[in-house]
Amino acid sequence: MDVELMLKVYPFFIKAAWVTIELSILTTILGLICGSLGAAARLSRLKVLRYVGAAYVSFIRGTPALIQLFILYFGGPQIGIQLDAFEAGVIGLGVNIGAYMTETIRGAIIAIDKGQVEAARTLGMSRLQTFRKVVLPQAMRLMIRPLGVNINALIKGTALVAAISVVELTYTAQRYIGSTYKPFEMFLISGLLYMIIIYVTGRAVAWLDRRARIV
Amino acid sequence: MGLDFSVVPDYLDVIFLGALWTIAITVGAALLSFFGGIFFAVIALYAPILIRLPFRGFEWLFMGTPLLLQLFLIYFGLVQIGIDLPAFVAGVIGLGLHFAVYNSELIQTAIVAVDRGQMEAARTLGLSRGQALRKVVVPQAVRDVIPPIGNNMIALLKDSALVSVIGVTELTLSAQLAIGRTYRPFEFYVIAALFYYVINLGMEAVLRRIERRIQAAR
Repeated sequence: MDVELMLKVYPFFIKAAWVTIELSILTTILGLICGSLGAAARLSRLKVLRYVGAAYVSFIRGTPALIQLFILYFGGPQIGIQLDAFEAGVIGLGVNIGAYMTETIRGAIIAIDKGQVEAARTLGMSRLQTFRKVVLPQAMRLMIRPLGVNINALIKGTALVAAISVVELTYTAQRYIGSTYKPFEMFLISGLLYMIIIYVTGRAVAWLDRRARIV
Repeated sequence: MGLDFSVVPDYLDVIFLGALWTIAITVGAALLSFFGGIFFAVIALYAPILIRLPFRGFEWLFMGTPLLLQLFLIYFGLVQIGIDLPAFVAGVIGLGLHFAVYNSELIQTAIVAVDRGQMEAARTLGLSRGQALRKVVVPQAVRDVIPPIGNNMIALLKDSALVSVIGVTELTLSAQLAIGRTYRPFEFYVIAALFYYVINLGMEAVLRRIERRIQAAR
């Protein structure tokens, strides 16, 4: 193992890791927005919205994220959407993980006991009040851990934007493998950085989950 | 530039062939990940500590890093140590190993959850530890986790698109070849997405059938 080479190139990987972190954070935010809208649509009283939500989840989860990214980035200009690689990466990955988060959020909401809703309605709360003050606070506690699983997958998923030449960790590793012919060393550096990012995120999710517990 | 799907039919045979390759890679990698997953689970639980610990490290590394990065490692790494595999084989191995690690996690939990009495009874009947594992414990554990393994296989189908990056001419790369000649990325990527969607539906139907069979066999 060529430790000297690893010491020489690792600063470039650190810089690339920050791009991966930035991508992950922006994608998480967009994913949560898409996931909340998707869950709202799937649980809506309007049939049309329910269909739209179901179609979103089905098509996004039924096709590869890489293809979705390519449609957006390479096909976008044909339908008037001009994005640079980073923007396309965030939007493509965010909309993608949003479909998975839709199911996570919906699952947490429908897991709340029906009796809770009935009791709140009997006490004279409106549908909206019931949702805001009774259902949502409980559902949010339930969804922290599974959303953490989604975010874990998302962080690894950011590697896909290497295919549209965003200079993040995987792209950097690929470039250095090509120029140094040391695949194992480059894999080790970038792999460790990914694992640090995922570890820290995992701790943060566990902390949030503990904080949100009632007992 | 606008959209024009009229160029698509000329390349449908290329796309279709790509789809067949995608199915071949998915089936190959799925089989590897299934049997590899069982093998890994047994190693992670029962191998001597000198093998078990490094193996856990390997599992940990594979679960914490992106598949794309692992594909680069396998494809270029094997070349470096003098093994020049065709991209297709490297793709099947990369995908298969990646998902074998995820399947192994599921199977490990299931093996631990199989009632201890099963092992004790098998040993009392004169089976060796290895035999008891192979014929009694592992089959029951695997049966219990078929549905989540099925979910992994659906994920594997979609992730098979990544092997286009190391040059396997499957569905995604076939679409790219057609795009290279026609400059119509939107049309061909959408067509490729439709093919994936249909394969995905087919796979879900097959998995549901298998699950029903297992339910009935219980």
